[in-house]
Amino acid sequence: MSKLSLKGVIKRFGEHTVCDGIDLDVNEGEMVCLIGASGAGKSTLLRCINLLETIEDGEVLLDGEDISLPGLNPQPVRQRIGMVFQSYNLFPHMTAAENVMLAPRRVYRKSRAALRPEVTELFERFGLADRMDHYPDQLSGGQQQRVAIVRALAMKPEVMLFDEITSALDPQLVGEVLDVLRLLKGSGMTMVLATHEMAFAREAADKVCFLKDGKIVEEGPPDMLFEAPQHADTQRFLERALK
Amino acid sequence: MTKNTAAGKTRRQIYEDRLRRRSLIVACASSLAVFLAVFLLVPMAPGWDKVKASFFNWEVFAKTFPDLLRAFKLDVAIFLWSAPAIVILGLLVALARDTRNPALFPLRILGAAYTDIFRGVPVVLTVYLIGFGIPGLGLPRPWNSPYIWGSLALVLTYSAYVAEIFRSGIDSVHASQRAAAQSLGLSEGDSMRFVILPQAIRRVIPAQMNMFIALQKDVALLSFIGPVEIFRQAGVFKSLLANFTPYVGAAVIFLAVTIPATRYADYLMAKQNRERS
Ligand SMILES: Nc1ncnc2c1ncn2[C@@H]1O[C@H](COP(=O)(O)OP(=O)(O)OP(=O)(O)O)[C@@H](O)[C@H]1O
Ligand SMILES: [Mg+2]
Repeated sequence: MSKLSLKGVIKRFGEHTVCDGIDLDVNEGEMVCLIGASGAGKSTLLRCINLLETIEDGEVLLDGEDISLPGLNPQPVRQRIGMVFQSYNLFPHMTAAENVMLAPRRVYRKSRAALRPEVTELFERFGLADRMDHYPDQLSGGQQQRVAIVRALAMKPEVMLFDEITSALDPQLVGEVLDVLRLLKGSGMTMVLATHEMAFAREAADKVCFLKDGKIVEEGPPDMLFEAPQHADTQRFLERALK
Repeated sequence: MTKNTAAGKTRRQIYEDRLRRRSLIVACASSLAVFLAVFLLVPMAPGWDKVKASFFNWEVFAKTFPDLLRAFKLDVAIFLWSAPAIVILGLLVALARDTRNPALFPLRILGAAYTDIFRGVPVVLTVYLIGFGIPGLGLPRPWNSPYIWGSLALVLTYSAYVAEIFRSGIDSVHASQRAAAQSLGLSEGDSMRFVILPQAIRRVIPAQMNMFIALQKDVALLSFIGPVEIFRQAGVFKSLLANFTPYVGAAVIFLAVTIPATRYADYLMAKQNRERS
């Protein structure tokens, strides 16, 4: 059974169908990359997975359990699925450490003192040991994004969603964030990424899905999709993206 | 290449220094001219002597000022117990109006009606209606006190404005902050309390300060329903001494409080604008 599985997911904003019958399977420990032009629906799809958007039709299954059931409390689901955003979205009025500890404190009712060791360890693992007590505006973009990843990891999620987390970064800072993703993959995290980093997708992904107009036009292992795309739309997109 | 002079300044710095000196001189000269004109011309007006005697009588001023100051303590006291109540009620109304819980829908309507009504009625009318109306029910002491009901009128009116300012602050926090909070599994309530509100409140502090400066002035409206605060005290002196100078004294006391407070609010506002840009 797949860790995460989407079946015929449909999401509309008014008349505009943004996810148009998406089927997707993500196995435990896999990294799946979503690629596609701007507006294809990558972000929306990720937001549907952790229930930030409600879907019109279809199912989202986590460990085989339908989490998109209307009326279901989304909170426990979101604790199991972490998400990192393009614009970091750190809480600007809290230090990095407070950002990370807020959710475990409130949701798991753990004290700061009890959390400190494991949080410190997370900061150390991601090269942020000396940045714990800095405020977000005292950190570089790359550091902020790594703090945002640490913040999501502190909830011990089973699946992580990443929405173009390197797109807002200066080119020389992209590498440090991609390294974090490699580290996570090494530790066996199940991940879904929306990304424009084709080289990274090719190197690290287990599966790549090409989205266009809310549909997965083509999917497969990166070597196949990048070397020998079957679909004309995929070919055209990759030609432009890899130039 | 910039050539340094003996003083270690560049050509440009010297030029800018000269420019700054010149504008300072011009500003001083023109201010002086305006003040001189006022000082010389106003006393030439035909009624000046009468106005001076009835509004700027130094003896009356010196005699009444201490009592006015004492009466102003009551204004400050009313302000001090009203202000916290306004903050709390204003925040509650703002939250009620923003609630998405269907069970609390009546609260939303009530909140909207409340802010509409109390922002739509002149403060002085609310003070009259509540300040005379409720004690008119024949309540026993101390519940017939105009202090209580007058203060309540101020609290109800100002909470409506303060609530709207809080709401604008809440709306100004970007939706991505709420999304981030919820993606971590935080509840709606916790997202509001720990993520949205702290940012919202910080942003509206200067605007709220301006509300509270207005409140300090509007405390004088309670004079219409009984409490002998500074405005009423000045009125008593006016009748007693047949002179308007006590009103000028009262104005001086208000200004001594409101000008520094206004300046500080402006400073905070400017600082925040700088930080955000
Ligand atoms: N809240 C919303 N209301 C209405 N339309 C929306 C909303 N969010 C997204 N859309 C629309 O849905 C479509 C897909 O948007 P989405 O952000 O998912 O694309 P994307 O593939 O992530 O693009 P990008 O690469 O630019 O991030 C777009 O046409 C967008 O305008
Ligand atoms: Mg997107």
